[in-house]
Amino acid sequence: MRHSLISNKISIVLKLTIFVLALTGAAQMPIFKRYYIADLPGLGWLSDFYLTNKIHYIFGAVLLFLLAYIFTLYLGVFSKTHCVTVSGKIKGLFFILVCATGIMRVIKNLNSVTLDPFTVMLIDWIHLGFAILLGLIAAVTFITGKKRYLKSLKDH
Amino acid sequence: MVKKNISRRSFVKGLAAGTASLAMPFNDHKAEASDTSELVTLLDLSRCIGCGECVEACRTVNGHKFPQPQKPFPEMVPKGRAKVEDWSDRREVDDRLTPYNWLYIESVEVEYKGVVHEINIPRRCLHCQNPPCANLCPWGAAEKQQNGIVRIQPDVCLGGAKCRTVCPWHIPQRQTGVGLYLRLLPGFAGNGVMYKCDRCYDRIDKGELPACIEACPESVQKIGPRREILNEVHNIIHEKGWFAYGLEENGGTNTVYLSPVPFELLDAASRKGPGLPGLNKVDAAMEDEENLAAAVAIAPFAGLVAGMIKAGRFVSSKLGKQEK
Ligand code: SF4
Ligand code: SF4
Ligand code: SF4
Repeated sequence: MRHSLISNKISIVLKLTIFVLALTGAAQMPIFKRYYIADLPGLGWLSDFYLTNKIHYIFGAVLLFLLAYIFTLYLGVFSKTHCVTVSGKIKGLFFILVCATGIMRVIKNLNSVTLDPFTVMLIDWIHLGFAILLGLIAAVTFITGKKRYLKSLKDH
Repeated sequence: MVKKNISRRSFVKGLAAGTASLAMPFNDHKAEASDTSELVTLLDLSRCIGCGECVEACRTVNGHKFPQPQKPFPEMVPKGRAKVEDWSDRREVDDRLTPYNWLYIESVEVEYKGVVHEINIPRRCLHCQNPPCANLCPWGAAEKQQNGIVRIQPDVCLGGAKCRTVCPWHIPQRQTGVGLYLRLLPGFAGNGVMYKCDRCYDRIDKGELPACIEACPESVQKIGPRREILNEVHNIIHEKGWFAYGLEENGGTNTVYLSPVPFELLDAASRKGPGLPGLNKVDAAMEDEENLAAAVAIAPFAGLVAGMIKAGRFVSSKLGKQEK
């Protein structure tokens, strides 16, 4: 039985959200201007650090909403009949790390908060590093075909 | 002179109290607070004679932090966009910000209420309270310390110059051919290290004054805990009807300029260009992010509730089916 933890509609929104986050996240590094990508028609906004940062915040909120929704749904309904596969667990852990450090970045950027410099560096490196790893996983999945993240307990 | 001595004494006293509290963890919390509170520099522009002693002192005291680039520089891709920024042969330039000159004097002549004023303005990083240069650094190389000092770590910075782009005054300056990028992918990412005033953080740590403050023969600057200095600023504005820059700019900076003439006039008379920050009105750069943070905070809880509703419906519809 194929699981249907989330509907097709939500799955599309989730993919779109992750795409926008990857794009605006990459735009936080000064590369789109250097490599002429922001020169392409319609892509000029990619070199605006403030604009892309705000979009990143907004879609970050959307992602947190979706992940909390999906996780609650899993706990409430599917955990009784399904379990998460190893690749699902790994991906889940990476998502948690990226989201947690993303939230910490948002907190750090508040006027009233000053974190210690080493912590800031660690947060940034974890956020960047695991986001890149998730990107690599997505690329590999794209080439080798989709992995299942949930399997039915009845399969055993 | 008296003023300067008082400020210096109280500053050193505050630091000493802070250090003592570090040594004795059971000390009262008041002393600790004076150590961790942000430090503000106050510049009384009416006193500055433009002698440049501060600029010289900054260069001497911080000389060991200046870049020592290796030549030839690695070829960078693409050539048209990743341009070499080399100041190592122009170290003597002192009339703008460079990696070898973190402070310069802007001298202007303005007429206000029929009187001509000659005003000299020491210019450097303002050490914003919510610094976009540090907040938006994707690499964690720039950050604000508890004492309000905003620093760029020369060993970590890759020189992408994003901090300069997002700084409302475009303060940090780049030197190619130094730093971490040389050991990563020098051709493809990074382009050196960014430099700017670090408020002599090492001297502050030792309880000493920043070099530019100590060297000034006219006591133009003073440094102290934020609340103390702001009190003084408000008193002066009230008493003398002077103007301030840095209280509101970019949401507030830990540098406050006081001047007998409005800053719009000083801004209009100032030179503009790379390495020459103006004195224009600057809105808080991170204000939208501050508001969007609320959305980020609410989102997971909203998702949790939505998930619970959906799960509830799912379970009840299943039960309904079973009952049938
Ligand atoms: S040393 Fe003092 S008086 Fe001389 S230029 Fe600097 S701030 Fe002005
Ligand atoms: S003035 Fe510019 S470089 Fe200095 S702290 Fe503010 S944003 Fe950063
Ligand atoms: S505080 Fe130190 S680093 Fe900054 S301008 Fe003054 S002397 Fe230079």
